[in-house]
Amino acid sequence: MKTAIITFPGTNRENDMAAAVKLTTGKSPDLIWHKETTLENYDLIILPGGFSYGDYLRCGAMAAHSPIMKEIIAQAEKGTRIFGVCNGFQMLIETRILPGALLKNKNLKFICKNVHLRSENTDTHFTKHLKEGSVIEVPVAHGDGNYFATPDILSDLAANDQVAFRYCDAQGNVSEEANANGSIDNIAGIYNKRKTILGMMPHPENATLSHQKTQDGVPLFEGILNGLM
Amino acid sequence: MQNTAEKSDFLQTVREPDITLELAQEYGLNAEEFDQIFEILGRAPTYTELGIFSVMWSEHCSYKSSRLHLKKLPTEAPHVIQGPGENAGVIDIGDGQAAVFKMESHNHPSYIEPFQGAATGVGGIMRDVFTMGARPIANINALRFGEPAHPKTRSLVSGVVSGISHYGNCMGVPTVGGETQFHKSYNGNILVNAMTVGIANQDDIYYARGAQPNMPIVYVGSKTGRDGIHGATMASAEFGDGNEENRPTVQVGDPFTEKLLLEACLELMQTDCIVSIQDMGAAGLTSSGVEIADKGGIGVTMNLDDVPQRERNMLPYEIMLSESQERMLMILKPGSEDKARKVFEKWDLDFAVIGTTTDDQRLRLNMYGQTWCDIPVPPLVDAAPVYDRPQGQHPLPKPLPQDLGETPSLKTSLETLMRSPNMSSKRWIWEQYDGLVMGESWATSGLTNTQAGRASDAALVRVPNTQKALAISSDCNPRYCYANPFEGGKQAVAESYRNLCASGATPLAVTNNLNFGNPERPEIMAQFVGCVEGLGAACAALDYPVISGNVSLYNETSGTAILPTPVIGGVGLVSDWEMAMDMAFKSEGATLFIVGGEGAHLGQSLYYSEVHGVEAGLAPIVDLDVEKRNGTFMREAIARDLLEAAHDISDGGLLCALAEMSLAARTLGFDVSQLAGKATAFWYGEDQGRYVVATTEPERFSEAAQSDNVPVLKIGVVSQDNCVLPEGEEISCSELIAWHEKWLPDYMSKTN
Repeated sequence: MKTAIITFPGTNRENDMAAAVKLTTGKSPDLIWHKETTLENYDLIILPGGFSYGDYLRCGAMAAHSPIMKEIIAQAEKGTRIFGVCNGFQMLIETRILPGALLKNKNLKFICKNVHLRSENTDTHFTKHLKEGSVIEVPVAHGDGNYFATPDILSDLAANDQVAFRYCDAQGNVSEEANANGSIDNIAGIYNKRKTILGMMPHPENATLSHQKTQDGVPLFEGILNGLM
Repeated sequence: MQNTAEKSDFLQTVREPDITLELAQEYGLNAEEFDQIFEILGRAPTYTELGIFSVMWSEHCSYKSSRLHLKKLPTEAPHVIQGPGENAGVIDIGDGQAAVFKMESHNHPSYIEPFQGAATGVGGIMRDVFTMGARPIANINALRFGEPAHPKTRSLVSGVVSGISHYGNCMGVPTVGGETQFHKSYNGNILVNAMTVGIANQDDIYYARGAQPNMPIVYVGSKTGRDGIHGATMASAEFGDGNEENRPTVQVGDPFTEKLLLEACLELMQTDCIVSIQDMGAAGLTSSGVEIADKGGIGVTMNLDDVPQRERNMLPYEIMLSESQERMLMILKPGSEDKARKVFEKWDLDFAVIGTTTDDQRLRLNMYGQTWCDIPVPPLVDAAPVYDRPQGQHPLPKPLPQDLGETPSLKTSLETLMRSPNMSSKRWIWEQYDGLVMGESWATSGLTNTQAGRASDAALVRVPNTQKALAISSDCNPRYCYANPFEGGKQAVAESYRNLCASGATPLAVTNNLNFGNPERPEIMAQFVGCVEGLGAACAALDYPVISGNVSLYNETSGTAILPTPVIGGVGLVSDWEMAMDMAFKSEGATLFIVGGEGAHLGQSLYYSEVHGVEAGLAPIVDLDVEKRNGTFMREAIARDLLEAAHDISDGGLLCALAEMSLAARTLGFDVSQLAGKATAFWYGEDQGRYVVATTEPERFSEAAQSDNVPVLKIGVVSQDNCVLPEGEEISCSELIAWHEKWLPDYMSKTN
């Protein structure tokens, strides 16, 4: 299988992501510069974290107009699997590949800490190695991760089982206290309708290697990558 | 680009100020220095030349008050590849790899404009490190603010922290540690000291030296504007009333451009295009141009028309003195310009050939068809004044009052300490820093629920793709330095050494940031010299050389100076990160020992200052032989896997050290109820060279200590959920966490 990690000016977690992919598959993914216009024969496209274009204008907004993005939108329509984390999730929102919006964190500050996530729908390629309702601990590191959606979108997400992860406490309780950034309904990550695309704010790639605090991201990467091998 | 007609119109309107002693004084030069310029040139300087002399001879660039004393510092060891004098110091960490690091202050700008001041401080120090070909892998910072009740403190904390967060996070370099303290002596002068550690291959290190004549001079990065003009001069003078008028001299940072500059420079460094490189920091194009010329023994001729400019009609004076951020000066191999240009164009950065090197050691500047500056280079550096400023008698510390009032119970005093500004959790600060980007962090800031999941005496980051890790710590106790500059200087180094030893690292080298008041006052000069001599003595005794550093003087407002604050940034190596040590208790019933003897010294302790409101008494004395013996013993005990947890005993003494180990463990406490009848100094004394450890092999541990001649004392065991003190006092672990986490968020949420 072939994995592409797309890099933009200001991307800074591409190597973290590459390390997680390599750990899972034994193979290094290709790092693709945003000025490329085609992505052929990739089974998985990853949009990693960072501050593309310095987060100027709006996080992910400028990257959404990069040359590579037309191709990513085309691949999304074709059903190629796409995984966007943090700034990558913001790009998926800015390109409207995924619905909703990401606002400034409720406390208006950048937040880097470990959070617990409850997997909400594990009947997908991405999360099939996780148990539904199971809890993983992974870090967040963002200033604009406060997911917002209109009631219409929320009911769509519910009807199609599109919520992938919710912020919760260590026991799996979804509470206001466990909400890292003020996201509506504690939403930390969502799928597209076809479940071929996953976008999430937390960083499972920083919870994979043995020296990191947890390795709770490993089953997620195994799910994402193994199905494609 | 402006056309020629427009330019000549502009030149007609330009009227540069007359060169007078008054103007020179305004720029920080004294009468003698002003005369010296005439002597060197054999004529009056032009306005541009005067500006260049004034910044090159400023305290900030020339170290004129400190140079004589900095020479006393030990800077050599077999593992030192580059000592002070380059953009950053370099040490050997094995396998052909090097660690490159330095600490630098941005104190004056951060007080005037905290967000931009702190942000550009972080940007500047990272640039120093990647200029040398190293990829930055960790940032730490040492912050000092005024007393919490001071009306400016809250907004300064908020601004500085968001500035650091803004810049470091965007760069994708983790901020993994640091220290934050509050004291009234910083009311008018906060300290923002930032340190960056980078990794390079020893064969691929770049220097400012090495340029030869007839090579192209290349400018890359952001465009030059009028920001930061005379920033170096501002940092070389005391604050008076109306500091805010200096706001235009604070630079504005753009971390996105710096991230591009980092990637572009490292990409170009993979080729063999660059001969020498220097970042444009303090005094911008002036100091970078002069450094490259001086270190190469050559001259430079620059055509300032070709410098990318953000504003119209800039004068040579302004271009040369601008401190616009995110810029670099490089000397390229002739003929490699196009190859280099392509790399910078890929990263959407300005790239301009702005001159050539010459063989005559002169600095020549042309613009608008005229020559604005033609001066010899060596005097800018070598003839810079060096002052042996008079040192007064440093006053003895206040004696302890006869009556300290009632001594509260241990539980009460511990609560007071845990809730105090200087001891309490700084989570509000470090959760705004990305401590995890790059994926290599093993131990990060804080105690409870840290970002990397572990708390150690030093921050630890793995060296990418190896088993090695670097341990990094910043330390200084200004109270001690004020009470006894020599012992205080020693102590800052010793504590750094201790922190690295307690994390299982071999201490390798330090950088320093020497923050003091006005050196023209003999008592401040006495503080400075005392601290420098103390830290030199400790570095020599502990084989812990100084490889880079920064001096920040004139941290003084209307005659009131900061406490002497020589911050030490230490770096050590852990050969296998799986053997690194943290401070969290691991198992109930593990035995607790003090290493290095019982506490007896309360002078200048945190206990006195927080519990009794007294800053008095003698500073603790550091016995460097004991320090080395105990540190070596700790490293060996860790390497032999004898310990489950280790922590040094510093501010707040034994009891605070135990409390911190519990905070790191969250649900494990300590039972020291067997120690009934011990004096206050036993619990809170800040005697040096000591540690607390937890071990499940008490016999083997005691034997090892005995054979190494290190005094150890069994004090109790690790307990579940509770901390048990003598006299029946108990504290639940959750209560302890609540005390510790309380103060800063409460303080920051107030609006006064």
